[in-house]
Amino acid sequence: MDGLVQFQRQLVDYTASLFHEGFLDEQFNQLQQLQDESNPDFVVEVVSLFFEDSERLLNELAKSLDQQSVDFKRIDAHVHQLKGSSSSIGAQRVQKVCIAFRNYCDEQNTEGCLKCLQQVKHEYSLVKTKLETLFKLEQQVLAAGGSIPLPI
Amino acid sequence: MEFEAASKKRNKMVHMNQKLRRKITALVVDDDTTNRTIHSRLLQNLGIENQEVRNGKEAIDLHSSGRIFDLILMDMDMPIMNGIEATKQLRAMGIRSTIAGVSTRSVKEQVQEFMEAGLDDYQEKPLTSAKLISILHKISHNGSVVS
Repeated sequence: MDGLVQFQRQLVDYTASLFHEGFLDEQFNQLQQLQDESNPDFVVEVVSLFFEDSERLLNELAKSLDQQSVDFKRIDAHVHQLKGSSSSIGAQRVQKVCIAFRNYCDEQNTEGCLKCLQQVKHEYSLVKTKLETLFKLEQQVLAAGGSIPLPI
Repeated sequence: MEFEAASKKRNKMVHMNQKLRRKITALVVDDDTTNRTIHSRLLQNLGIENQEVRNGKEAIDLHSSGRIFDLILMDMDMPIMNGIEATKQLRAMGIRSTIAGVSTRSVKEQVQEFMEAGLDDYQEKPLTSAKLISILHKISHNGSVVS
């Protein structure tokens, strides 16, 4: 019983820290509320889709910025997509970089865009690691016979 | 004519379903997989049967084949045919379903252009249960569905 309580504690604390540090926002709570017995893996499924989409978009962005003649419209479209999907899972820091990224696209500023690409890759990699850790902690709780607490 | 037949079919269905008290139906139109999954689940959570398509053209094609929905959640930016164009075409086809624009656009003029295409409501992404419920109130006010 002791182990379970500890795992649950770890999970709650870790989740709280992610919100506190701005990695996740309220939208992530919305996703958690959509998870139930008939959709037990909803959050993991949606987040996995987000990972797939994002990796594809980041590759496209790198390619587009590597061209002789940069197509800012195309880049803007990709960043817009990334902004949209990151905001729908609550990946706040990724979303914020996307906003700055789009401004550089508007200005047709290649250097600014390259800088933002690095930043968004960094933030994406951070939130990916954090979410994977979160899911591991959830698995720990479930394995110990507990259930994942609903968001407050 | 194709649309008249679809319209007759729809009226028959509404009449029949008023007696059966069926579930509300919805169509999610969005090119992003993550968003489609979330919106579909939000709808499902509220007991709403729903289908997903990836762009405006797929939405038009579905309606041309006679399918009708009480609610359409229409994204703005999509390849092949965007939300504004799709909304205009659906209205031109005589589709009176509740169409709610759902987008990340916040610039007033862009939202206005989308509304003028024939929307009944507009909500900024990301969609939440609360926003969806406020959209659903529009359906009952339109009087096109018996809940």
